[in-house]
Amino acid sequence: MSKILIVAEHDGHTLNLSTAKCVSCAKAIGGDIDIAVLGQGHDAVGAQAAALAGVSRVLMISAAHLAHPLAANWAPEVLQLAANYTHVIGPSTTMGKDLMPRVAALVGVNQFSDVMEVLSPLSFRRPIYAGNAIIDVKAAEGQKIVMTVRTASWPATGSGGNAVVEQRTAQGTAAGHSRYLALNSAGSERPDLQGASKVVSGGRALGSAEGFALIYRLADKLGAGVGASRAAVDAGYVPSDMQVGQTGKIIAPDLYLAFGISGAIQHITGIKDSRTIVAVNKDAEAPIFEIADIGLVGDLFTVIPEIEALLG
Amino acid sequence: MSEREIMQYDVIIVGAGPAGLTCAIRLKQIKPELNVAIIEKAAEVGAHIVSGAVIEPAPLDELLPGWRENPPPICVPVAKDELWYLTPTGRYRLPTPPQQNNHGNFIVSLGAMCAWLAPKAEALGVDIFPGYAASALHHTGDGAVGGVVIGDMGIDRAGVPKDTFTQGIEIHAPVTVIAEGCRGHLSKQLINQFKLDQHSDPQNYGIGLKELWRVKAGKSVPGLAQHTLGWPLDSSIYGGSFIYHLDKDRIALGFVVGLDYKDPEFSPFEAFQQMKHHPMIRNLLEGGEILSTGARAIVEGGYQALPVTEMPGAILIGDAAGLLNVPKIKGTHQAMRSGMLAAEHLAATAVASSAGFDARLRNSPVVKELHKVRNIRPAFYRGLWRGFVAAAIETVTAGKLPRTLKLHADYSALKKLAGYSPPDRHWVERNLPPRDRLASVYYAATEHDEEQPIHLQILQPDICITRCSEEYDHPCTRFCPAGVYEMVEDSNGKRLQINSANCVHCKTCDIKDPYQIINWVTPEGGSGPNYQNL
Amino acid sequence: MKILVGIKRVVDYNVRVRVLPDGSGVDIDGVKMSINPFDEIALEEALRIKEAGKAAEVIVISCGTDECQQQLRTALAMGADRAIQVKTGSALQPLSTAQALLRVIEREQPGLVILGKQAIDDDNSQTGQMLAALWNRPQATFASKLVFEGEKLTVTREVDAGLETIEVDLPAVVTVDLRLNEPRFVKLPDIMKAKRKPLDVIPLEELGASLASNLDITRYAAPPLRQKGIRVENAAQLVQELKNRGLL
Repeated sequence: MSKILIVAEHDGHTLNLSTAKCVSCAKAIGGDIDIAVLGQGHDAVGAQAAALAGVSRVLMISAAHLAHPLAANWAPEVLQLAANYTHVIGPSTTMGKDLMPRVAALVGVNQFSDVMEVLSPLSFRRPIYAGNAIIDVKAAEGQKIVMTVRTASWPATGSGGNAVVEQRTAQGTAAGHSRYLALNSAGSERPDLQGASKVVSGGRALGSAEGFALIYRLADKLGAGVGASRAAVDAGYVPSDMQVGQTGKIIAPDLYLAFGISGAIQHITGIKDSRTIVAVNKDAEAPIFEIADIGLVGDLFTVIPEIEALLG
Repeated sequence: MSEREIMQYDVIIVGAGPAGLTCAIRLKQIKPELNVAIIEKAAEVGAHIVSGAVIEPAPLDELLPGWRENPPPICVPVAKDELWYLTPTGRYRLPTPPQQNNHGNFIVSLGAMCAWLAPKAEALGVDIFPGYAASALHHTGDGAVGGVVIGDMGIDRAGVPKDTFTQGIEIHAPVTVIAEGCRGHLSKQLINQFKLDQHSDPQNYGIGLKELWRVKAGKSVPGLAQHTLGWPLDSSIYGGSFIYHLDKDRIALGFVVGLDYKDPEFSPFEAFQQMKHHPMIRNLLEGGEILSTGARAIVEGGYQALPVTEMPGAILIGDAAGLLNVPKIKGTHQAMRSGMLAAEHLAATAVASSAGFDARLRNSPVVKELHKVRNIRPAFYRGLWRGFVAAAIETVTAGKLPRTLKLHADYSALKKLAGYSPPDRHWVERNLPPRDRLASVYYAATEHDEEQPIHLQILQPDICITRCSEEYDHPCTRFCPAGVYEMVEDSNGKRLQINSANCVHCKTCDIKDPYQIINWVTPEGGSGPNYQNL
Repeated sequence: MKILVGIKRVVDYNVRVRVLPDGSGVDIDGVKMSINPFDEIALEEALRIKEAGKAAEVIVISCGTDECQQQLRTALAMGADRAIQVKTGSALQPLSTAQALLRVIEREQPGLVILGKQAIDDDNSQTGQMLAALWNRPQATFASKLVFEGEKLTVTREVDAGLETIEVDLPAVVTVDLRLNEPRFVKLPDIMKAKRKPLDVIPLEELGASLASNLDITRYAAPPLRQKGIRVENAAQLVQELKNRGLL
């Protein structure tokens, strides 16, 4: 049976949702699931990890040099723990992408990046070429598996778990050559288009830069990022850094709401990995309805205010 | 801005198509000490090439004996010719005209063939520079052509240099060989400047659209070359389709329409998509997938439209000169032969010289071949059936009748909306991909940095929303195969939106615009389509 | 200081990559190949560092078949001083690449190694991190800004939560993100100059690197198509549906 270790992502206070997604992937592999929580003075995070359904143990490692997820400091700790496990998993977030390959190299194996499906404990499915091809990849029998989990492919596991929380002592010391200085988060502003879990997007049907205010208002109500089709950018309603699609940004939010966007293939290329796509368009024949999870034929100028009203 | 850097060559060739590459290879074969460069605006050789293409192999045999042992990546011998006349749902087999007998010919991807030729040229010492656009001509003090100017790169939409600004250099040479293909923008300038066409008829053009498909296994018959006439065109429009069966379940299919069509509401792209829905073709395509798409204007004027092909310091070869043989539906062999002829001419003197090239070309089999078929294309001005009869007479008499039909300019053929009603062409609802032009252009993989200046210049923009609205209803929004032109009406009013990033460099707009106010210029080098195996 | 820049030859980002009908790979027959775009940004940064007087030499390196010499020549035309091809029979997986790079680092002793954050073909995003681990040196991944202060480098990193700043001692491995810079155009005469710049070919075996075992790709497939979903009639139904799915 597999013994699986997940490396938790957190900010010192709150467990990142990606960890719960890693648990879902670990369950698909099948076996005993532990979570390692590295940090300093982060007991609250340990409790959150322990509450995830399906987790056996939470290993708390607290040390000053582990306070921030510096890969050079974290990787040797994870390596020490890895000795007792068949699989070591991190999320395919910037934290996991930074850390896990360093772990894999120390273990001496190639990593499975962006795992979207588990085929067997040794075989996994992952995207390449920006999702234009999907490959099945297999490790040799007996090899330790190090992987990152493509968060958009996995649901977060539920709560209700009651894992044992164990305190462990850090085995290593600070690497000395790497120092964390600061994190400058985007703050209270609208979330960044690329990282937002919800995105509201508008097309040329908005008719003007002023018309686009409707989109911003709804986005702010939802805490969503704002995107636009190339037609809206070309018409000068919004700046080009808001363009979503083949020549703009490729995004994969949990929820993508497209208003007045016809859905040219160039636009679809930029959103096809979104978890749920909602389309509102006057034209019932618009190609976006071919790929939307939820479609509504209607005038965005009436629909958007209605949605806002319903959201209260 | 500083003084431009200068590079000096013995011969500079504009365009890495079959004409330019052949010319370069031949030059180095004859005179290895010559310094020869080719400038190519596509990001790599072959990426802006689209053609049927069934080619005659004789020029290849002459240029590269032994090529058959190591042929281009896509090269299927023609096994069988078929010509069909289509009605909306039926078809009739027509006898294959002798010009279209393809026994001994090969179906190739001309783009892949050029990409195969390029390393052969490089191995001989030719410097090929893909990704650089020859945006302007350099003239010497006495007014002769002295070389080309490479376009500046890293300029924003307003024309202001960005951080990445890179000044284009000048390339000087005693002779510049213009091998840009049909309606090149330097050719256009030179023909005007040196009045090269003052004694010839206006040039005639067509537009060719092409798709490469992978069909369901077993549906294709490798080596089968099919052509169709008739539906979806009415008999007033000159054109037809080709369906070439390649290897690996691949089918190259395309549609060619003469740009002298009269109907202002006609869309060549739509006609092509209609053609695919004829039962004969639909059966072939259903269940398959598109691999690549492209479009390109085709030069059709032939003998009557042939301009003077030399001027001080430069010569025109291949489709830039207009050497395509329309009844054969082939230009590659003409392009290659003119390239070899040019090489022989330029290598004959101590310093390469353009003087005398035009006479050499006109006395060669290249122009003799055009003379023989000179009356066939214009015979179709009066419709398909009259064209057939005249074509048959011209073919039987091998063009020896003492008459030469006149050509007219394509842009002047368009009828105004008032008083013109198009015939019912029995077009159908379609469901094969691509759904529209935007979807089609996706498979052309066209790419332009969207910050650069728009490379489609509208010389008198007011005409678009005033006269054109009334007279022609914006035909640019229909003749462009890539959806570059769009009339938009929003809070800013009614205006022509130019989606220049979609442009596939086909030049149709430059040709067909009835007011002749669209001027195609080169975008940043490396921009444009990235055709794969077209 | 020497800067070593890793370059990978990949299918150009404009190419519509397609899986072969038999699932044996992707169709790269006749497609355009380029320098991995992130590696181009890495090279641009190295050149700017050199132009600012903070480095003496920029060396580009690629592991691959002879075809990758084309991309190395392009890198030389952009301004790199010399190139190294680690000659392999087939593509290396990230850990092997890192192992090969490490041996070259031991020979060249660079003060900084810059790589793209990932290659756009296999999307692994591993090589830089692995190299830093094997070399036992700092890593600064997803960099959007580099500032030198003596033997220290301050790097702004694009992380999910915003912009993180870390400080690393040199030598170090940096992997770069899209916003770091906009690579320059190659000037045409520089293509000619690049032909005369040194390009050393080192067979992989000669490096003496012990290579990790590969992961085995057993099947390629096209991505599943998105299915057409449901239609709702009005805003109220839409909001209800989103709530039912836990999206609001």
